[in-house]
Amino acid sequence: MTHFIDRRLNPKGKSLANRQRFLRRARAQIREAVQKSLKDSAIADIAKERKVRISTKGTKEPRFRLDPKTSGEHDFVLPGNKTFSPGDEIKKPPSGTGGASGKQASDSGEGEDDFEFTMTQDEILDIFFEDLELPNLVRTTLKETPTRVWKRAGITTSGSPTQINILRTMRNSFGRRLALKRPKLSEVEALHAELEALEHEPQTDEAREKIVALKERIAKAESKRKWIAFVDPIDVRFNSFTEQPVPTSQAVMFCLMDVSGSMGEREKDLAKRFYMLLHLFLKRRYKKVDVVFIRHTHDAQEVDEQEFFYSRQSGGTIVSTALDKMLEIQRERYNTSDWNIYAAQASDGYTQSGDARHCVEMLNGGIMPLCQYYAYIEILDEREMEVFASEDSGAELWRAYRTVADLWPNFATKRISKPADIFPVFRELFKKSESAG
Amino acid sequence: MTAPLFTEAEWDFATLDRTYKAIENIALNDLKLDVYPNQVEVISSEQMLDAYSSLAMPLLYNHWSFGKIFAREEAMYRGGYSALAYEIVINSSPCISYLLEENTMTMQALVMAHAAFGHNHFFKNNYLFRQWTNAEGILDYLSFAKKYIAACEDRHGRDEVEAILDSAHALMDQGVFRYRRPPKPSRERVAEKRRLRAAYEEEAYNELWRTLPAGIEPPSAPIPDPDGDFDGDMKLPEENLLYFLEKHSPSLKAWQREILRIVRNLAQYFYPQKQTKVMNEGCATFVHHTIMHLMYERGLISEGSIFEFLHSHTSVVFQPEFDDKRYYGINPYALGFAMMSDIRRICEAPTAEDREWFPQFAGSGDWMSTLKDAWANYRDESFIEQFLSPKVMRDFRFFALFDKADDAAYRVSAIHNETGYRRVRAMLARQYDVGIADPNIQVVGADLKGNRALQLEHRMHRGVPLHHATKELVVQHIERLWGHEVTLEERADDQ
Repeated sequence: MTHFIDRRLNPKGKSLANRQRFLRRARAQIREAVQKSLKDSAIADIAKERKVRISTKGTKEPRFRLDPKTSGEHDFVLPGNKTFSPGDEIKKPPSGTGGASGKQASDSGEGEDDFEFTMTQDEILDIFFEDLELPNLVRTTLKETPTRVWKRAGITTSGSPTQINILRTMRNSFGRRLALKRPKLSEVEALHAELEALEHEPQTDEAREKIVALKERIAKAESKRKWIAFVDPIDVRFNSFTEQPVPTSQAVMFCLMDVSGSMGEREKDLAKRFYMLLHLFLKRRYKKVDVVFIRHTHDAQEVDEQEFFYSRQSGGTIVSTALDKMLEIQRERYNTSDWNIYAAQASDGYTQSGDARHCVEMLNGGIMPLCQYYAYIEILDEREMEVFASEDSGAELWRAYRTVADLWPNFATKRISKPADIFPVFRELFKKSESAG
Repeated sequence: MTAPLFTEAEWDFATLDRTYKAIENIALNDLKLDVYPNQVEVISSEQMLDAYSSLAMPLLYNHWSFGKIFAREEAMYRGGYSALAYEIVINSSPCISYLLEENTMTMQALVMAHAAFGHNHFFKNNYLFRQWTNAEGILDYLSFAKKYIAACEDRHGRDEVEAILDSAHALMDQGVFRYRRPPKPSRERVAEKRRLRAAYEEEAYNELWRTLPAGIEPPSAPIPDPDGDFDGDMKLPEENLLYFLEKHSPSLKAWQREILRIVRNLAQYFYPQKQTKVMNEGCATFVHHTIMHLMYERGLISEGSIFEFLHSHTSVVFQPEFDDKRYYGINPYALGFAMMSDIRRICEAPTAEDREWFPQFAGSGDWMSTLKDAWANYRDESFIEQFLSPKVMRDFRFFALFDKADDAAYRVSAIHNETGYRRVRAMLARQYDVGIADPNIQVVGADLKGNRALQLEHRMHRGVPLHHATKELVVQHIERLWGHEVTLEERADDQ
């Protein structure tokens, strides 16, 4: 007796528990690898699955094995002799490279020093968030799949009893009964009444014949009513529903950054993490997110991501040129009726004197009414952070932006000096999306 | 001539069933194989990867090392570096074979003949499997092990359990009985054992304990010792380190001993497979080859099918030569199949040389009973020593090298010629002796009253020592299980 069993529909991912244990075990190595790979990747790619290469340090599984290379003697047999005769000598390959004996030694494992595997989006985000010290609530919301709603999608022939469409079902049933000429109850009753009437009349031959014929008709009608069901399974119709994603609108994210000499590698890396997180937030709320990169020194340019983060430019610092550029691009390509506009500006806080006032005017007058949210982060080093411990003290740009923040609730300013400082900037934005969604 | 069972590459369950019946008919009536009942399961590639990473068992306890295998196999598979196995077969009753859904119908037929009849017959008849493994009980036992270890994780924390498993896994190769046989429990005792375990599990489960503050140990009922052979006396020397630690370690708790027992049982279950790679694969390959050809002769499969079959069969039994980039040791499929086909040839059409080497069966004509006898009563080492013919040695062009660690060169000690046949054969056989390939480590002393030091000894074979770095790491694992100092000495053998 044989059984064929189709297991293909069984739940997959039986190894998930083992995988989690493995990730936990190799945590340190994986973290290092993920951070490195995030640093090298584009902002919009953060939430994608990716390959990670880690070393096997920490996940070694030692076993006793023999080491015939150090001392002792042994024999071994190989296939494929071509020219050797007994007594011939074969030089040993230099240690470390393959060769016959080298392979034998690596048979017992431990051969590879590192290996590569793919991590899913969730696993990557877990590690990304860990570094940013995001609260749990935020983590789960960010990883959430886009919301979907059930929509009516016509009528089907199968479904659950609670979804029966009675109107359609009865209409089908009625049509079928008509087509098959199922006798109505009233017709049968009429025949019965006729029969009864006949039975009360005097019994002539003619009447008897009629009675027999009537009885036959009644029997036939009743059996036909039995054969042809009132509601047949083929009549039944169900309402059908399909899941549809909630239509979401689109958003554009302007990344503004000061790239003058004072912004170093560390500052840019912090800014990049900030932009990544903002992108994740937007990605969750909007179906389509465009990213525009504007860098500025004493004058502003729109550039691609590569250039934005990695190329250098010398010059002074005039922040308002970037705001100008942003307005220009917005007017050209991103109409406020179609796009939600977000802006994120990163700077070390220096600008040409007098320019700060100009910036404030532009923000209050033109930009803030357009923007859903404008975040300004000032990247300081730890020492400066101590000097500017109070929110009120700061350089010119900072003090000027504080006045904007007082006017507009959707304008945020924050100083950061390490990755963990980044998240608080989003707290406000997040609150808003909570109440909105 | 009948019509072929199938002509398309696509398969469906009706065709599988029809083909299975035809294969079964040949296997049982023509070859007279003796098999466990079969259970054939179709799985997807993802599930195949899952199965890979749990030592090819359908269920297994959780441990990070299995996740590591999975991550690596998945990367290899997705990257296109390795193809998946066409099948996996489990030594259990019923014998479970997994077929990969992507196989063509011809491949499914090949795989059914290979796994469901070839391996199955070998599992049921080979003396090692009969003595050491319990095909009826293995799945139940694994299910018990999985539950038990999950319960331990709940109660004692994942890290604690993981630490014990890490250490136990490091000793898996030294966790088997090689020479001494453990008392074979009778049927009643097996049942009793299972009952006691179930009772313990039931008793041990108490929702309340989970709410206890940390640090308070629930009263752990002693795990009933089903072997009942714990008498406080150590029988030294002891080769089974896991067994010794389980019984005599002064620092392990009851649940930790039970985990060692689980790992030890698993190691013992796989031990016969380790000793019969050539025979097991050779038997399955020979059986599928014979069955597929009979099916073709009887018109049950089409010409296209037999060609597809031959294509995949020849790549399975391909043996690269030693200087080939693809060389990764001797291919057990190739050697096993070549030897078994040769036995058939010797029975049917022997040469003078064969009559001299194999007088017992040369020309007997009854190749099936010779093969069945070999399958039932030999392991790789003894099978090669007994049945490897000069012709196969010539075909493989085997030659033997002598290697001494300090020498700058290997010396060719024997080749496939008149004077070398016997030596090459003996050396090849020894190469398959796991007793020599695995280091021989014994417990020689344990001072239970004094400083509780444990003394181990590696009995070197021909002066080959242990690999130093890994030795240190494994000794640390033993110290964790023993709880006190452990020393491991190298001792030269007396030969």
